Amino acid sequence: MTAASVRVGRRGAGASLRRRGVGWLGFAPFGVYVVLFLGIPGVIAVASGFFAADGTPTLANLAAFTDPVILKDFWNSVWVSAVSAGVSAVLGALIAWALTAARPDGALRAVVDSASSVLAQFGGVMLAFAWIATVGPEALVTRLIQAVLHVDINGNGPFLYTVGGLLLPYTYFGVPLMVLTFLPALDGLKPQWGEAVATLGGTRLQYWLRVGVPVLAPAFLGSVILLFANAFSSYATAAALIDQGGIVPLAIKQQLTSETIVGVANTAGVLALGMVAIMAVLMTGYAALERRTRRWQR
Amino acid sequence: MTAAAVPPPLDAVPTPRVRTRARSGVLTGAVPSAVTGLAVLVVAGALFLVPLAAMAWFTVQQAGSGAITAAHYAAILDPAQASNYADLFTGLTNSLGICVLTVAIVLVLLLPAMLLAELRYPAARRVLELVCLLPISVPTVVLVVGFVPVYQVVGALVGPDAWTLALAIGVIVLPYAYRPIRANLSTFNVVVLAEAARSLGASWPATVLRVILPNLRRGLLSSCLLTISVVLGEFTIANVLSRTTFQTALLLLQQTDPYVATIFALGALLLVFLLLVVISTVGALGRSRRPRR
Repeated sequence: MTAASVRVGRRGAGASLRRRGVGWLGFAPFGVYVVLFLGIPGVIAVASGFFAADGTPTLANLAAFTDPVILKDFWNSVWVSAVSAGVSAVLGALIAWALTAARPDGALRAVVDSASSVLAQFGGVMLAFAWIATVGPEALVTRLIQAVLHVDINGNGPFLYTVGGLLLPYTYFGVPLMVLTFLPALDGLKPQWGEAVATLGGTRLQYWLRVGVPVLAPAFLGSVILLFANAFSSYATAAALIDQGGIVPLAIKQQLTSETIVGVANTAGVLALGMVAIMAVLMTGYAALERRTRRWQR
Repeated sequence: MTAAAVPPPLDAVPTPRVRTRARSGVLTGAVPSAVTGLAVLVVAGALFLVPLAAMAWFTVQQAGSGAITAAHYAAILDPAQASNYADLFTGLTNSLGICVLTVAIVLVLLLPAMLLAELRYPAARRVLELVCLLPISVPTVVLVVGFVPVYQVVGALVGPDAWTLALAIGVIVLPYAYRPIRANLSTFNVVVLAEAARSLGASWPATVLRVILPNLRRGLLSSCLLTISVVLGEFTIANVLSRTTFQTALLLLQQTDPYVATIFALGALLLVFLLLVVISTVGALGRSRRPRR
């Protein structure tokens, strides 16, 4: 029996050795696809900012970052993303905490998970419609607020179609994203830790201050970064609400479809470069926090 | 698509979670009391339903007067008004075609690469994971800057048809398609299973088709349904490359007939919600069946 299994094993190894040379070719179709539609576009997107209109390499395009309109776009993108990420993180964490009382494999979790995914990841244009129907001119909540508080939120023009108005839909998809990303961290809190604190005579406040908050802090900050990155790179909702520029993703589209207004070539590439730089910083921070978070989830 | 930076915890096979309630009934640790938890969830749920309810309310409003009417729903099927919605149905058809092609990309390009890495080249697994998760951290609108010149070439080669977008959207889909399959692969030992099948005399095609793929059913289903959701919600690429898909047609229709646009938006949100419920239910069914075996 031993001899047989050795023989089988050796035959298997021999077969795979013979094919090892050509076996790698199995990755070729996927590899070619990824190079053509992820590699090349990615390189073009980041590198095109470094080329002049006639194709010679240059750093002159980076002057776009001193253009007041573009600086304003970046500032708008950053503050809208930061505010919506902060608000979403607090609200989302609260909801995630409330969800830990429900059975992890129960129907409630399944429904909340699915609903959160829809709103957080697949909404886009459709969430813009939802908010137009809610706080747009003549919309339901607009009239309600007017009737109860006698305030017209669209008194200075439609609020939703401004950069600040983006806070509503951005928070609306930020909160569910927070629930999705923060819930695993909450689930990672071991009941034994709570029991240990209680056995030692600690109160729940002490549990939160000494155990809960320190353990959850990296996960919370990591989620805030993720929320920021998500809002920062979001395009669809803003495009459905705002016609002209105002935030960086809209400015990129504007630059791609119209002539340059900044006076340098390949402005879209320069803007993309700026976005990638910010995203790289965010993702590095996220990866570091994620490593700290994992420590408590084993 | 709003979320370029999401690591979706949508795996069909979530890690088992430990219930965090103390047995004694006295609250310890982080778990809220049932009443507090319920109160927070009810308030949050109600607030989150407001915009969706406003959408539903909007679809039954008569333009101008504000009276309740079903006219907007009737208009969709009215042959006399069909021309108003022709673009929308073109977009919807295009998006469904792109769905089919994108699912094909996942099954024909991504899946074989993942299986090959699993069975023969474990070293390639890290590279594959890196590549598949990369689109999460690159905003779609940045990639689009690169897609514009790429699609000038694609357009010259095969024409400007909307279905060509599937190639670009397939890249955006990679993280969503990869995770469920990866999660499913980690629930059983593919190598041992394949060796068992091979030593019983199965050919490689038979091993993959009749032994490995049936074990990947749940991962593949989640992966395909998520792919469909992403394709139906994709807006950025189609918008910048000026192709007509469901989302771009929806936005166009919003200018002329916001009521019908909202009907379709609400319907699409509900459809994706149902798809995701299916994914999580399929996952839960698989989990509850497992211990009985």
